[in-house]
Amino acid sequence: MSNYFKLIALGLVALLAMIAANYGRDLAYQVNAITVALAALITFVYVLRRTGEPSVPTDQTRYLDGVVRYGVIATAGWGVVGFLVGVIIAFQLAFPVLNLEWAQGYLNFGKLRPLHTSAVIFAFGGNALLATSFYVVQRTSAARLWGGNLAWFVFWGYQLVIVLAATGYILGATHGKEYAEPEWYVDLWLTIVWVAYLLVFMGTIMKRKERHIYVANWFYLSFILTVAMLHIVNNIAIPVSIFGSKSVQVFSGVQDAMTQWWYGHNAVGFFLTAGFLGMMYYFVPKQAERPVFSYKLSIIHFWALIFLYIWAGPHHLHYTALPDWASTLGMVFSVVLWMPSWGGMINGLMTLSGAWDKLRTDPIIRMMVISIGFYGMSTFEGPMMSIRAVNSLSHYTDWTIGHVHSGALGWNGMITFGALYFLVPKLWNRERLYSLSLVSWHFWLATIGIILYAASMWVTGIMEGLMWREVDANGFLVNSFADTVGAKFPMYVVRGLGGLMFLSGALIMCYNLWMTVRAAPRVESANHLVPAE
Amino acid sequence: MAKKPIKKEDVGTTGHSWDGIEEFNNPLPRWWLWTFYACIVWGIGYTIAYPAWPGISQATSGLLGFSTRGQVAEQIAAVDAKNAPMNDKLASVELAAIDGDAELKGYAISAGAAVFKTWCAQCHGAGAAGAKGYPNLLDDDWLWGGDIDSIHYTITHGIRNTDSDDARATEMPAFGRDELLEKEQLDQVVNFVMSLSGTAQDAAKVEEGAVVFADNCASCHGEQGEGMRDLGAPALNDAIWLYGGDYATLLETVTNSRAGVMPAWSTDFRPAQGLSEAEIRAVATYVHSLGGGE
Repeated sequence: MSNYFKLIALGLVALLAMIAANYGRDLAYQVNAITVALAALITFVYVLRRTGEPSVPTDQTRYLDGVVRYGVIATAGWGVVGFLVGVIIAFQLAFPVLNLEWAQGYLNFGKLRPLHTSAVIFAFGGNALLATSFYVVQRTSAARLWGGNLAWFVFWGYQLVIVLAATGYILGATHGKEYAEPEWYVDLWLTIVWVAYLLVFMGTIMKRKERHIYVANWFYLSFILTVAMLHIVNNIAIPVSIFGSKSVQVFSGVQDAMTQWWYGHNAVGFFLTAGFLGMMYYFVPKQAERPVFSYKLSIIHFWALIFLYIWAGPHHLHYTALPDWASTLGMVFSVVLWMPSWGGMINGLMTLSGAWDKLRTDPIIRMMVISIGFYGMSTFEGPMMSIRAVNSLSHYTDWTIGHVHSGALGWNGMITFGALYFLVPKLWNRERLYSLSLVSWHFWLATIGIILYAASMWVTGIMEGLMWREVDANGFLVNSFADTVGAKFPMYVVRGLGGLMFLSGALIMCYNLWMTVRAAPRVESANHLVPAE
Repeated sequence: MAKKPIKKEDVGTTGHSWDGIEEFNNPLPRWWLWTFYACIVWGIGYTIAYPAWPGISQATSGLLGFSTRGQVAEQIAAVDAKNAPMNDKLASVELAAIDGDAELKGYAISAGAAVFKTWCAQCHGAGAAGAKGYPNLLDDDWLWGGDIDSIHYTITHGIRNTDSDDARATEMPAFGRDELLEKEQLDQVVNFVMSLSGTAQDAAKVEEGAVVFADNCASCHGEQGEGMRDLGAPALNDAIWLYGGDYATLLETVTNSRAGVMPAWSTDFRPAQGLSEAEIRAVATYVHSLGGGE
């Protein structure tokens, strides 16, 4: 019966989307509306073909792993897309001629840059978080995902967000807010999907069979809740027309800037830190087969981290129209955040004590260790860069880009690769990975790539900062902006090569995972609910 | 609470187990805890010393009386005070006298370079080599004159802008667009202009073009195409081209004309973002020193 309601709803969505496409005032909006109509029609046909068929009761004693498998595929696929666009824009900066004349307005740096950041953060990182959180919450709660097929809705709904956002950027629909570029209708859709995600995750925790909630789930939950709040507040905007992609922000001036960086910094704090710490807290002890180092440390650093992070945003706005008091608070909370961040590093690294020998034999553990190492490094670098005096040198330079990428490629990338290598044999019931030596290749390519990337950006960033403030004996500036741009060229090439190595590693991973599914020896499925302890 | 961590194996676990994951009961690492405390203490101290906590009508201003705006104003004031004597001298002496005063000239060039790299480099290039439509300032080919007074005037009033009534303002007719010349004549005169700088051309058209040139162009660009600085009319008999000396570009120039614009940089015309007299003289001296100054 419910299928008939679904069919009516989907038909209505498709119809409305087609009407919207017809009345659309700009190309991005029209293309997005047609995409929505197509998505609704495909789902319509899918539901229709299953209507009236005898329904197969789901086996409640098994985990819902299909959606996790799709999430793993999406993570790997979007990852490659995101890294590829990153490599392209890195070389566009080194060789501006790659902003091809015929593709102006579509594939030039300005259009591809948000595509890159959204693809790696929200498509690659977001799918990694979706997939691993669904996997982890089921195992550690000894419960099947709550809400039946709602998890599937979350997965496909999220992919639709990604496609709408990406095509929108290329065709010119953007809020113009960093990491929050999608326009109003994509924001609204993401809000619906995110609430569904929260329901699935909370629902599963509520019906857990373990008495305590595992630390990974605290982190995942804080990530889901906070991102919901950040997303809604930062995207409050009024559409110019219901048939157009353009909308106007409600906040303006420095209030808008403050809201944006409150959002932007906590996208780092809760999306890329808290969420990925959740990942670390499950996959590191699992892969190392060792207990977590300290329960006390996990409690203290969790609460300290989430309390302090939310204040740190203003350090993105030192020496701007932002009042000094806000800038001071942003800086102080960022510095105090140093130890809570390192609590996660200590708990991750010390979990391996007693299993250090595995570093020699297990390239996946090696990946996780490098990941935690980069986490520690960038969570030291971040507080340092938030100090006003340091920031006056580092702000607006490539140092920031180096900092972000040592975190993103090192911490987020490596821990995700580790998790994917862990998950694929389990999810597809394979005895082991296809090739550990390919994992080693991936490890070294990615590690050297990150080092090339981060080191070249540190050098060029500090050089640039020093050149900007260089004055002669009379106190006059020595360099023009163009001089600093010219001086950066060699480092831009090194950065591009680093990115290329990172991308090659990811391609090797995709091949390895593909061959694992195709060719590794099969084992008995192990996705029965674990017994509660 | 933080006793020296005993061997991890001895502390035991919390007794929980999730999917096989257990947790040791280790205490917080001492160094970690004390560094965390130290950061908190430092943070409290810092927020007392600097503007930090928001109140109802204003925020605490901090014991040190620090403000970022105050800091930058102080730094600017310090440099201004240090350079004031030189700036006063620069603004008051005869323009021509700057060249003879080694100290003043050195100061003017270093100040002028900074002005140039901030305000002029966007069009004329960081190295002053210019670009299509923006003159090269390194050579001795000047549209409006290359002595220090002419350069100073050009910077002060600019070219074809609406800021200054005394801006250098002349207009080349759009011979093609406004149908002052026939298509055929445009073709001929372009061939003639190309012949002036020895570029390959059609000999028959050159002869016809010479007549067209004499009737329409020579009054500004000179009989031999030597140009006329009073009118900003470029010399056409050399190989230096502002927009390009190939056939297509010249045809475009003669058809639609060109009218490059430069802002009037004096604060008289751009109060908020103009240059002071000392700065204009500094940058004029700098440009004059680049190689082509007369």
